[in-house]
Amino acid sequence: MTETHHNCCAHHTHHHELVIDSLCVRYRKVTALEDVSLATSCGNRVALIGPNGAGKSTLLKAIAGLVPRVSGTIRWRGTTVRKWSGEFAYLPQREEIDWSFPITVRGLVEMGRYPQTGWWRPFSDDDSQAVDGALASLNLEDLQHRQIRELSGGQQQRAFLARALAQQAHVLLLDEPFTGLDRNAAQSLGDLLARLALEGRLVIASHHDLRTATDLFDEILLLKTRTIAFGPAREVVTPESIEATFTTSHA
Amino acid sequence: MNELLHSPFFQRALAAAAFIGFANGFFSGFIILRRTALSVSALSHTMLPGIAFGILFTGTLTHWNAFVGALFATLFVGLGSVAVARGNRVAQGTALAVLYTAAFAAGVAILPYLHTRQELEHWLFGDISAIGNADLWIAFGIGSITVITGNLLMRPILLTLFEPNIAAAQGVPVRFVQYLLFTLLALSLVGSLQAVGCVLSVGLLVAPAATISLLTDKTSALFWGGGFLGAFGSVGAVLLSARFGIAPGPGIVILLGVIFVAAYLFSPKYGLLFRKSR
Repeated sequence: MTETHHNCCAHHTHHHELVIDSLCVRYRKVTALEDVSLATSCGNRVALIGPNGAGKSTLLKAIAGLVPRVSGTIRWRGTTVRKWSGEFAYLPQREEIDWSFPITVRGLVEMGRYPQTGWWRPFSDDDSQAVDGALASLNLEDLQHRQIRELSGGQQQRAFLARALAQQAHVLLLDEPFTGLDRNAAQSLGDLLARLALEGRLVIASHHDLRTATDLFDEILLLKTRTIAFGPAREVVTPESIEATFTTSHA
Repeated sequence: MNELLHSPFFQRALAAAAFIGFANGFFSGFIILRRTALSVSALSHTMLPGIAFGILFTGTLTHWNAFVGALFATLFVGLGSVAVARGNRVAQGTALAVLYTAAFAAGVAILPYLHTRQELEHWLFGDISAIGNADLWIAFGIGSITVITGNLLMRPILLTLFEPNIAAAQGVPVRFVQYLLFTLLALSLVGSLQAVGCVLSVGLLVAPAATISLLTDKTSALFWGGGFLGAFGSVGAVLLSARFGIAPGPGIVILLGVIFVAAYLFSPKYGLLFRKSR
């Protein structure tokens, strides 16, 4: 299925592959991730699904280079990702963001260009075009001068995705992007993620709703500290795998 | 009044008000974005035991050992709180509260052993009209350091203040930025010591950008607007204080407070009076 539905790889001789191999992350003595592996490539939407505390956010942060890994490797396009990469954009959960921060939508998107501009270089025409393009692509032109709290939940998600586009990120790491959205907003965010994948990006998102996961994502990683299952969405979701992921074992 | 303007004391006071007002007004932008006005208050109180220890170790009270003592104490407590909060176990505000009260208590404990107790009062509320040329240079130097560093590192600082995780994912050395901010904060506090003193320095480091944040959503306006508001507010307050015969240090903070309340009431976008009619 991945061969036909995106055009990014038509330009490349190879797929852009993200390969995670036996990743372990510990917070002090608590094991957050143990021996997690997955392999996917651009053009896909991957859901991370598991109970609370299963390590979904930690896995996203580990890919973004935000938490130190005990062992295991993450490789993107054949090279090992050691710390952080401008090709990855990370979006934390809604409640971790200070929405009253005095910044406009445009200012937020401009922040996405800082990896390109560095700490000092003034914005060039290229940068402004990237910002304009990102705003236009996500239909935010009319909202660009609004303060970020004056947006609806769906618009806020779009603003952050525009920031990732301005950054020219290839991999989007989204922590619970659908949480708190009403049905329409969730629908349009789903369409948007499908479009971003079709354009050749790799979308990896933690997700809590199994019923919608098979429609919204191409591949699913069932996670409970370890990998329970990984593969194409409809094949992974079976009664047995769900039970293995969500039932708590009592000794 | 005219006569007063020709007095070198008064001229120095006006210049100091402009430098300190601008630098601290500029820096107040970072404090508003960080939403930690209270930690500024905690740090400002740390300067007093710093001065007390400066006297204890050197035996006298001069401007220099007061500055060095205050700077050392605020750096110790401020950077210490960032370091303790690294472990994720203790919130930074908590660490700061413990460290600053401990430092303050130590300062109180050694007070009986100091022979220059009366003069400490002068550092509580400052005295901008007694400012000397050396103080003016200190204020100018410190103000330049904070404004220039703040400008050069504006992007990584803003990214960090907005969301540290996103900043780190974009390659910003978040921890370095946090230490840097507290170092600049300590410098700003010490720089305003002569003008408004330990206690009132908080007003100068919070009010300007707090006022601007009621008027605009543009991030850069917080810094430049805060700087100009701080400078003009301070200079205006020194002039008004002379006219009405009140101490200039409190005058600065009162005027900035009044302007803040006015913005709160009358701001076109966020003002109380216009909120209902929207």
